[in-house]
Amino acid sequence: MTTLDPAALDLKVGFEIHQQLGTQSKLFCNCECRDATHYDTSFVRKLRPTQSELGAFDPAAMFEFSKMRTVEYRAAKGTSCLVEADEEPPHNVSRQALETALLFSLALKSKVMDEIHVMRKIVIDGSNTTGFQRTMLVASGGQLEVGGKRVGVQSICLEEDAAKLIDDSKGNRTFGLDRLGVPLVEIALEPVTGKPDEIMQVALTLGRLLRASKRVARGLGTIRQDVNVSILNGAVVEVKGVQQLDQLLKVIEYEMQRQHGLVMIAQKLLERGVSAAVIGNRIEDVSDLMKKSGSDKVREILSAKDSMFTAIKVGGFSGMIGLEPYPGIRLGRELGKMVRFYDLNGVFHSDELPNYGIAGDEVAEIRKRLELGEKDAFVLVGGPRNKVEPATKAIVQRLIAALDGVPAETRAATAEGQTVFLRPRPGAARMYPETDIPTISVTDSLLNSLADKVPRPWDHEVESLAKKYELNNKLASQVFDSDYLGIFERVAKATRIPPTFIASKLTEDLLSLQRQGYNTSLLAEDAISEIFSKLDSGSIAKESLVPIFEMLMKEKGMTVDAAIKATGSSSMSDENLGKILDGVIEENMAMVREKGMAATSMLMGRSMAVLRGKADGQKINAMLKDKLGKLVK
Amino acid sequence: MQLSLNNNGGYRGKGFDLLSSRRLSVGDTVKIETEDGEILGVIMPRYESASDEYLAVKLKSGYNTGVNISRIRSISKLAAKDPGPVAPAIQIPENKNLPRVALISTGGTIASKIDYRTGGVRAALSASELYSSVPELARIAWIDPEVLLSEYSENLKPSHWSMIAEKVAEKIGAGHYRGVVISHGTDTMHYTAAALSFALQNLPVPVVLVGAQRSSDRPSSDAAINLMGAVTFASESDLAGVFVAMHAGTSDDSVAIHVGSRVRKNHTSRRDAFESIGATPIAHVKAGKIELKSNQFQVAKRSNKAELKLRPAFDARVLLVKYYPGLDFGIIDYAVGAGCRAIILEGSGLGHVSNEAFPFLRKAIEAGVMVCMTSQCIWGRVRMTVYDTGRDLLDIGVVPLSDMISEAATVKAMWTVANTSDIQSARNLMQDNLANEISDSIPID
Repeated sequence: MTTLDPAALDLKVGFEIHQQLGTQSKLFCNCECRDATHYDTSFVRKLRPTQSELGAFDPAAMFEFSKMRTVEYRAAKGTSCLVEADEEPPHNVSRQALETALLFSLALKSKVMDEIHVMRKIVIDGSNTTGFQRTMLVASGGQLEVGGKRVGVQSICLEEDAAKLIDDSKGNRTFGLDRLGVPLVEIALEPVTGKPDEIMQVALTLGRLLRASKRVARGLGTIRQDVNVSILNGAVVEVKGVQQLDQLLKVIEYEMQRQHGLVMIAQKLLERGVSAAVIGNRIEDVSDLMKKSGSDKVREILSAKDSMFTAIKVGGFSGMIGLEPYPGIRLGRELGKMVRFYDLNGVFHSDELPNYGIAGDEVAEIRKRLELGEKDAFVLVGGPRNKVEPATKAIVQRLIAALDGVPAETRAATAEGQTVFLRPRPGAARMYPETDIPTISVTDSLLNSLADKVPRPWDHEVESLAKKYELNNKLASQVFDSDYLGIFERVAKATRIPPTFIASKLTEDLLSLQRQGYNTSLLAEDAISEIFSKLDSGSIAKESLVPIFEMLMKEKGMTVDAAIKATGSSSMSDENLGKILDGVIEENMAMVREKGMAATSMLMGRSMAVLRGKADGQKINAMLKDKLGKLVK
Repeated sequence: MQLSLNNNGGYRGKGFDLLSSRRLSVGDTVKIETEDGEILGVIMPRYESASDEYLAVKLKSGYNTGVNISRIRSISKLAAKDPGPVAPAIQIPENKNLPRVALISTGGTIASKIDYRTGGVRAALSASELYSSVPELARIAWIDPEVLLSEYSENLKPSHWSMIAEKVAEKIGAGHYRGVVISHGTDTMHYTAAALSFALQNLPVPVVLVGAQRSSDRPSSDAAINLMGAVTFASESDLAGVFVAMHAGTSDDSVAIHVGSRVRKNHTSRRDAFESIGATPIAHVKAGKIELKSNQFQVAKRSNKAELKLRPAFDARVLLVKYYPGLDFGIIDYAVGAGCRAIILEGSGLGHVSNEAFPFLRKAIEAGVMVCMTSQCIWGRVRMTVYDTGRDLLDIGVVPLSDMISEAATVKAMWTVANTSDIQSARNLMQDNLANEISDSIPID
């Protein structure tokens, strides 16, 4: 990747961190906050856009509705009830969740609202059964200290998490209701400037502060970052769904390139004097021309029911749709990604044609039909009529927006650290009051009562963790930042195993397994605690811990006992151990005779080759020495 | 909860004083200085029940927040209320090839709209609003909407039932409607359905009541699907009579059509709160198609020749009494003294009340009050010959009402006493099956 200078581009990055809280119950009902292992029941719904309280339709909501489909919801007892099904009004806001949000506000010196109003934020992608997300502004202003610098806090909100997308294929979405309604704290920071890795430090610091409260959920997906990225002459682009910090770094770098590339294209268009008036001023149905095409792809598209092709004139754009200022950054690609949201994949443009089996004379015919000049380009889009029509409008709008460079839109982060179009940026029009829930007044006496519960900064917490369990600072911070702090403390309290050993297994060893591609989500906390307690009682050896972890992460649904068996890790009795060692000594009797006690280390190596994971190394060593000692005497 | 606001945008006390002394009103953009800094926003309405200590303000982010009035140092108006974008006029499609349906709006969740600028709640079933919120209707029928009432259904009275019945008769009299749809609040929709079942006899077309359990200002509202189901049934069904159209289940895929005299709201909040009692719904409307489900009832066929008989009178002097252990039967004395003309008992089990009631009931019946028995079990028939108590009650003159649900029985009693001149014909009429309020047999299911 080409490295751009963030300072020259005036890179600004704003973070919005969404952190799930570790509360007993959901935000608006008494259901538990945990993932369902299976679902008991399902139902289907359709959502419709509505006017906001200011009388306007939200563009993002209209966009979603324009590709409206049926949504299926799956529910499981214990983790969802009629409230999540939108079949019962919400209960009052969870006091525990509200208290946590207030504590974060106090920790960030943010000004708590006098009275909190629950709002409905329209979201009709199906991720909320109601068609809106309930959210409330808890505090605004404040600051976060990051390495001696202060980053401003914009707002702190308490909101409900969305349902979990299980499937999004064949035009139908399926969501699980177990995650819907889990309390989230959303903290938005003021945009910061600097190098991407400095910016990353901001996200890390905020995440650590939240975890220091010990009131947040831990594990994959419990913290999500939305990132607002803008550069000079660009627009604010919101990127959703960044889950890991290293992905965040890539996303920032990718957006810098993408936005700079789009700004460069806009400058070229400006030099050419292209205006919006000649973009999409001519749109023709060219299905008749395309029917004659020899292209397999075209034929496949036209074989679907009620299919068509439209050709859109894009005046002055010749060479611009395919232009690639940075690798992979092209207007053509932006269009291709965008039309996928209409379930289309048949979009072609004149800069890439003839190609895909579309021949030169077909291109000439289309140009003739649209009466294009030499500098004009066209875009061709094919598929079912009901999708092509809105997609055509969206393409014209997107190309007009190219004149200004970067459109303000919401994009999704990919696992590779790129971003793809998600929807236009929503406006304030999508918020209206949740009239089912009374407003909450926040009294000074409530805030005063919380003062001694305010989370301490991360380094204080790490220090006291290190002290309490006699860990070095590095290990303490690793445990603290990991998903295993809770289980670490439980195991350390319940067993006689040295905390340093527990900590290193739960951080360094698990991290190394994760890097090797093992799925740590298959390693349940209960299993971890069972394994350590077996170690504590001597029924497994400490060498066998990592192989057992490995086995459990290999296969879903495996029990600890089965893993112990499969890895042959159960400790053997002293009697059996003695027999095996006797066997090893006998096999190497010549060496014992020759070297005496000096043969110990050699014999130790041979014994371990047989016994690794089955018995404790120190014990083997002691027994071996004992046997040799007697023999040599 | 719906916003219910007065003309001051819900402000009273301190809030009202602040706004009126500064000549501010809801919708104004203001700058507020407080001890902690400056707030820019638009003044929003407040619930009447909420505390008067705070000013509701919409911030630029779209969030509303409450500002403690005692902390406000100064407040100044930056801009007056923005009248907002004017909704483009919707071309009302008058597709003359489609069946014509009259839509009478009476209020409730399905037809209400919150005006967030003024805080008022108003009927939202003008023709253009209807088509803009449910454009699919234009493909099903040519609809003539009319706003008759704008009431939550808990505020409706028997006099409103008469009004609605007369309005339906007027529409049918016009001769060109394939059916009539009535939008209605759900709380008492089953009472209105029963009332119309008795007041509109020998109907030539279907009359379909429809409501919503989620208000139409929510993306997940059931209003549009219920309305489409009701209009489809009203325009296409070959049946005639009074029906209720509501969600068949929690999914948005099927609307159940219930016989008007046999339906009850059985859940406070679910979309499928309405259920046919002792029966399956007569039909479902699924993906725009009517699927008949039950032939348990003698439901009339649609007929041009049928001559509507309008009997719109109701006498509200009827008391519904739910029996429970410890009930003070002095209430019956009181009711008789207050001029009550009929008492519907919602007895226990097969139709019983404590024998302590006997002297009170005897006195009421002797005074010319009709006393009838239904069961609080909701499902099943009363049978008062099985136990001594039932037989004693029959001897006293209590009229057993078979499997009529107590709400329908109450409405029928109001209608019966208004449409008969003597007690014996009233007792007989109560036991006649007029609109499937009594079923011949209850199926095993």
